[in-house]
Amino acid sequence: MNKYPTEPLKCWNKAKEIRENYYLNYAKAKEKGGIRWAGGAWSFGAIPAGLGDDVHCLTGEPYGASIAWNKDFALQCQEAAEKKGYARDLCSYMRIYWGSIILDKYLWGGHFPKPDFFWQDHICCSHAKWYQVASELEGNIPMYCIDVAVGPEGEVNKNRVDYIVGQMSDGIEWMQKVTKRKYDNQKLIEAVYNECRATSLWAEVCLLNKTIPAPLDEKTMYSLYVLGTLMKHSKTVADFYQELLDEVKERVKRGIAAVPNEICRVMSDTQPPWAFLKVFRYLEKYGCVSIGSLYTFGLIGLWEIKQDGSWGAKTTPQQKGIKIKTREEALRILTEWNLAKPEWQHFYSPHLKSEMMIRIAREWKLDGVMLHYNRGCEGLSLGIAENRLALQKAGFPVMTFEGNMGDEREFDETRTMARIDTFMETLDLKKTR
Amino acid sequence: MIEMFKQWYEARHEYVKAWKRTNKNGKVMGYFCTYVPEEILYAGNVLPVRILGSHEPQDVTEPHIFAMYCPFCRDCLAQGLKGRYDYLDGIMIAQSCLHIRQAFTSWQLHIPVPYSYYLPMPNNLQTKHALPYLRGELAIFKESLENWLGKKITDADLDKGIEIMNQSRRLMRAVYETRKAERPPITGLEAMYIAVSNQMIDKREHGLALEETIKKLPARQGSRDPGARLMIVGSEDDDTEFVRMVESVGATVVIDDHCTGSRYFWNETGKDNDRMRAIAERYISRPACPSKDWPTRIRLPHLLKLAKDYKVQGVIIIQQKFCDPHELDIPATEKLFRENNIPTMFLEFDVTVPIGPFKTRVEAFLEMITQEALF
Repeated sequence: MNKYPTEPLKCWNKAKEIRENYYLNYAKAKEKGGIRWAGGAWSFGAIPAGLGDDVHCLTGEPYGASIAWNKDFALQCQEAAEKKGYARDLCSYMRIYWGSIILDKYLWGGHFPKPDFFWQDHICCSHAKWYQVASELEGNIPMYCIDVAVGPEGEVNKNRVDYIVGQMSDGIEWMQKVTKRKYDNQKLIEAVYNECRATSLWAEVCLLNKTIPAPLDEKTMYSLYVLGTLMKHSKTVADFYQELLDEVKERVKRGIAAVPNEICRVMSDTQPPWAFLKVFRYLEKYGCVSIGSLYTFGLIGLWEIKQDGSWGAKTTPQQKGIKIKTREEALRILTEWNLAKPEWQHFYSPHLKSEMMIRIAREWKLDGVMLHYNRGCEGLSLGIAENRLALQKAGFPVMTFEGNMGDEREFDETRTMARIDTFMETLDLKKTR
Repeated sequence: MIEMFKQWYEARHEYVKAWKRTNKNGKVMGYFCTYVPEEILYAGNVLPVRILGSHEPQDVTEPHIFAMYCPFCRDCLAQGLKGRYDYLDGIMIAQSCLHIRQAFTSWQLHIPVPYSYYLPMPNNLQTKHALPYLRGELAIFKESLENWLGKKITDADLDKGIEIMNQSRRLMRAVYETRKAERPPITGLEAMYIAVSNQMIDKREHGLALEETIKKLPARQGSRDPGARLMIVGSEDDDTEFVRMVESVGATVVIDDHCTGSRYFWNETGKDNDRMRAIAERYISRPACPSKDWPTRIRLPHLLKLAKDYKVQGVIIIQQKFCDPHELDIPATEKLFRENNIPTMFLEFDVTVPIGPFKTRVEAFLEMITQEALF
């Protein structure tokens, strides 16, 4: 029944190893006199990199997602947060993260490792408040947060960039006081280059999924894009994405498929219900591959419209021959780079997201779309109902299912599978496995 | 005396339609959040009208806003989809929470209006960069408004707009001041009619009614036993039925911290030759919405001061279902009042509230507050 050859990714174990080391290095940072900071996956991680090579971070969303996969521990964490009075409908990553602090249990063993400071950015209502509460729970750990909600990429102006760069510059002064370390601008510049390289390379990897058969499926991509949510500013991640890109190019050349019986292509949206990733394997029974989503492509990946009108990886400053010389230049480039992030655009209007989703649906040659109405994330579910209407208007069949990325109490597995069956039937597909 | 405010609250659409008939050159701007700089709108002879819900169950927003967002934002959008704000010439929002933003963006997509504007109001109000940033954004907004209106807004126009807003704020503060009295001359329900209508009615006309009211209030003092003195704190709240019920069982709401109440008018715009800067400063330093109250919790000392100034015996914490910013503040708010020996009761609000069960809970709360008097 298989139409295409398939094989595992050669760099798979390396991705797992980088992730594992990231969490262990954070836990052990103090043994070697290093610095720990914690904050969101969208934080400007390149900035604390200027404090030294022994600076380790813990980003809250992927940490929450890791725990979400462990249903029992996730529930314990969320119940601990609820017991403290936090509402059950708040961001599930945030509740899990707080619960892990309250229970004083780290997913990778031992006590929850306290950061030296919190370093966050803010575009969603919960972002700054997440670490305001975390700081209180941890005994008033210093917190710094940069407001990045200045409007969509198409309306960026000097006033808006200055606002963010001003906060960043103050943040560096603040960081030096908190850590009593001298700041190294050269390390910042290197980290900015790394971030631009890593996030552009990830987009290049996703671009290869336009190929039929798709060399990667979304469930696999979750284990790869996550590295960018951990430390997109690091050389390790940028180098890994280069290695991954080379391997995926090779897969395309040899016609290696992620799903060997691929006959149908869909995309999803928002974070998946992490404890139920088998949803994606279930699709494969119908020969259906989820090639990714705006979420997997654009949470970390940076894109631009190319001369031929198609979507492609954003050209990095280094590719443009830009030589960053000063802290100010580095911060300005970092700001402008991040303001183009696809997953920041819909915060200002759902139509900006709908346009990108319709573009993906057309350029990646999709047959349908599965939208996860994610009760766990108000930021990424924002405007999702309007996205549904726009996709339908553009002619794409859309299936929706409700769930929660981190709270299994809000996911109905049987009902979701039944919905998938119905959706597959509407796409004229039958189980082939 | 209070009847006029009640009428305005209940017949808000009729009022604005009549306003348009008598102000042929004026335009009406529907706004979704109280961070909108109304000074600039009044300067341009634009009547700002806050878009609020109708407290009726509805089924028209389901295709547009996922049900995990607050009922208030869906109720607001429903009003637009039902055509109740068909007189608006424009809509605008100043960036605050994600929930109400969806009402605005879906309105933009589905309900045609000649003008719409998204003001990227800063969230980080505690950084020194917020002021120059907002000043710049206000200047951009003013220019956009001028282009739409086809006329320049001068400094003299801005001075007029600032004075209209400040005069209204002063009068509202004067009305609220009377509620500190041992026997407040107005009830919480009456205050709610006054405060909410203030967001819909031409401030000049509303001000005249306020001046008349203020003159007559001393004669009312002492006419009603207030019972337990309560404060209401939380999300948007114009639920008159709820306040009426609370005040029917032996209590008076003497102060609030709502964006439909005191947060809206508490501080004035200062004097500065740079008008944009003065206006920016006012919105940055006003009592904060929880979505902007970070990294330091500035709201809490303000809440406590209100509670003490108004000799509050108990606090009802009201939260629109799914309102993340308030949900994120509630444990800290409860702790604050607990540490200051002020009892609190938490209630979750929807478009309609279950008055019967809530009444039982409020009665139990009042019994708890007044138990010393009982025994």
